Amino acid sequence: MLALQLAWRFLREGRTQSLLILAGVTIGIAAFVFVSAIIQGLQVNLLEQTLGSQAHITVAPEEATPRALMAEPGVEFARRVEPAEPRRRSFDQWQRAVRRVEATDGVVAVCPKVSGSALAYRGAAEEAVKVVGADAARLRRIVNIPANIVEGVYRLGGDEALIGTSLADKLAARVGDPIRVQSGERESVLRIAGIFDIGNEMVNGRWLVTSLRNAQTLLGRIGDITEIDARVAEVYDAERIAREVERRTGVPTESWMERNRDLLTGLRSQDASTTMIRVFVLLAVAMGIASVLSVSVVQRRGQIGILRAVGTSRRIVLGIFLWQGVLFGLVGALLGALVGGLAGELIESSALFDITVTPRLLLTALAVSIATGVMAAYLPARRAARLDPAAAIRGDG
Amino acid sequence: MTSDAPLLELEGICKSYGEGLKTEVLHGVDLSIHKGDVVALVGPSGSGKSTLLNLIGLLDSPTAGRIAIEGEAAEHLDDRDLTQLRGNKLGFIFQSHHLLPGLSVIENVMLPSAASRGGFRPDMRAPAKALLDAVGLGDWTEALPRQLSGGMQQRVAVARALINDPPLVLADEPTGNLDTETSDQVFALLRQRNVERETAFLIVTHNPALARRCDRVVELVDGRVVYEGLPSGMKSED
Repeated sequence: MLALQLAWRFLREGRTQSLLILAGVTIGIAAFVFVSAIIQGLQVNLLEQTLGSQAHITVAPEEATPRALMAEPGVEFARRVEPAEPRRRSFDQWQRAVRRVEATDGVVAVCPKVSGSALAYRGAAEEAVKVVGADAARLRRIVNIPANIVEGVYRLGGDEALIGTSLADKLAARVGDPIRVQSGERESVLRIAGIFDIGNEMVNGRWLVTSLRNAQTLLGRIGDITEIDARVAEVYDAERIAREVERRTGVPTESWMERNRDLLTGLRSQDASTTMIRVFVLLAVAMGIASVLSVSVVQRRGQIGILRAVGTSRRIVLGIFLWQGVLFGLVGALLGALVGGLAGELIESSALFDITVTPRLLLTALAVSIATGVMAAYLPARRAARLDPAAAIRGDG
Repeated sequence: MTSDAPLLELEGICKSYGEGLKTEVLHGVDLSIHKGDVVALVGPSGSGKSTLLNLIGLLDSPTAGRIAIEGEAAEHLDDRDLTQLRGNKLGFIFQSHHLLPGLSVIENVMLPSAASRGGFRPDMRAPAKALLDAVGLGDWTEALPRQLSGGMQQRVAVARALINDPPLVLADEPTGNLDTETSDQVFALLRQRNVERETAFLIVTHNPALARRCDRVVELVDGRVVYEGLPSGMKSED
């Protein structure tokens, strides 16, 4: 209590010095908050773009390998037929696998899916599409199509289908129009219930989403699925959870982190450079606090001697300077968070992504700033506490 | 005014500085101060007066010898106990400018109480205000030291030294920087306290007039006590 009271009075007395170092801490913490918020915003945006249209985890049997033609002496092949696309093996007991994926810690949504290639026709227009069949309620928890419907509704009942804006343009199709879809020898006519724009050209231009039953019929996979998609609570836990899912189901499982190694490397490099920037900023803040307090200890040598003479313990003298570090850190963090947050707001209008100063970032900045203040204050504080009071009063301590 | 049990007892106090070739400052000083004593410590510059005062104030430790305050020997106490003993039993008045400039006048006076009780508390204000009234500064409680004259600051220092009602006050040239009139006022305050509470004072001074107003004089030359007795018997007047 006395240490805090005296720390406050010391800071108040050396007002100009205190305000200058406080400005330094504020700028440092503002930079910390601003850089963190921008990088966080950028990463969230990149992740949303990448993961907005794909599952965090995909469980799918291995593709069936076409049987190799045996080259025997004297045998010649009149014709060599390649499969149109690798055909997945049927997913044995997929309902049981779905239950196991759902029961895995960290998994928040699961959607069994059947997908495959097909051709879509409307009038003279013909486009290659990827038919995606799933239960509407389950699919929306993996890919948020409902929020991105630009025309019509999100519904997959009966013969209804959803397509992206680019595919709609290519087929010159509108909501309510029928589309003929052909896969191998099978053919269906589906009616467009809604058109979406999910911000990913691959999805907007190729996906044709319909009910699980429609897709199974069209792709010749009655009662079967091609994959189970899952979403996890923490995206960076996906790889660990994928391994657990694979262990539980015995089916090959891939996380988004495996599928997007380049992106992941980029994000991690970004993290590393952000950390370095933060460390250098905090070092500069710490140096500033330490140098001001070191000067303060020298300037107040006589006062420290008097404090000791009137019965103030070494512990309280130590506390006086540590509290000054805490106060610099605390007030600097609050002001810095305000300035950093405002700078983020200002730049957000010109940025292509959201810059959000989250409560977690603010708490981190506060904790880091106070810890930096205390650590920076420790050496000057220790020096003050160790001053010989008699020498300090004489002025040669 | 004195009683038999000494308030302060020094036996064979020696103090030297430096390592190897040591400078001996005090050579076996013996001294007793009883409750209610007002003792002047005189001697030429460099005779060891301030060193002795620092040792008695437990701000420094002797090379040899024993210091006891109210019978409690200081040599076995750790820093925490010494701090506590200093805060409770001793008051300090320094020669000049030893108020804390960032604290108001009343906070400076409350400082020893705050040190012993762990912080400034509202109930400390009344006794501090009473002391400031007694030294004629009752209207200056919220002023900062820089707003006060040298004499006023010294009166604040006197009030601070007395706030914990210590049995012994150590004063290092308490009137050194003051004019005659202010010196008289400050000494009158000390004497008043001595009469009212039997507070003992050890006053280091170069001022023979001030020394003569004390009950007893201890003269130090080259780290040795060369005279101890009534002021009228002083051998030298520096």
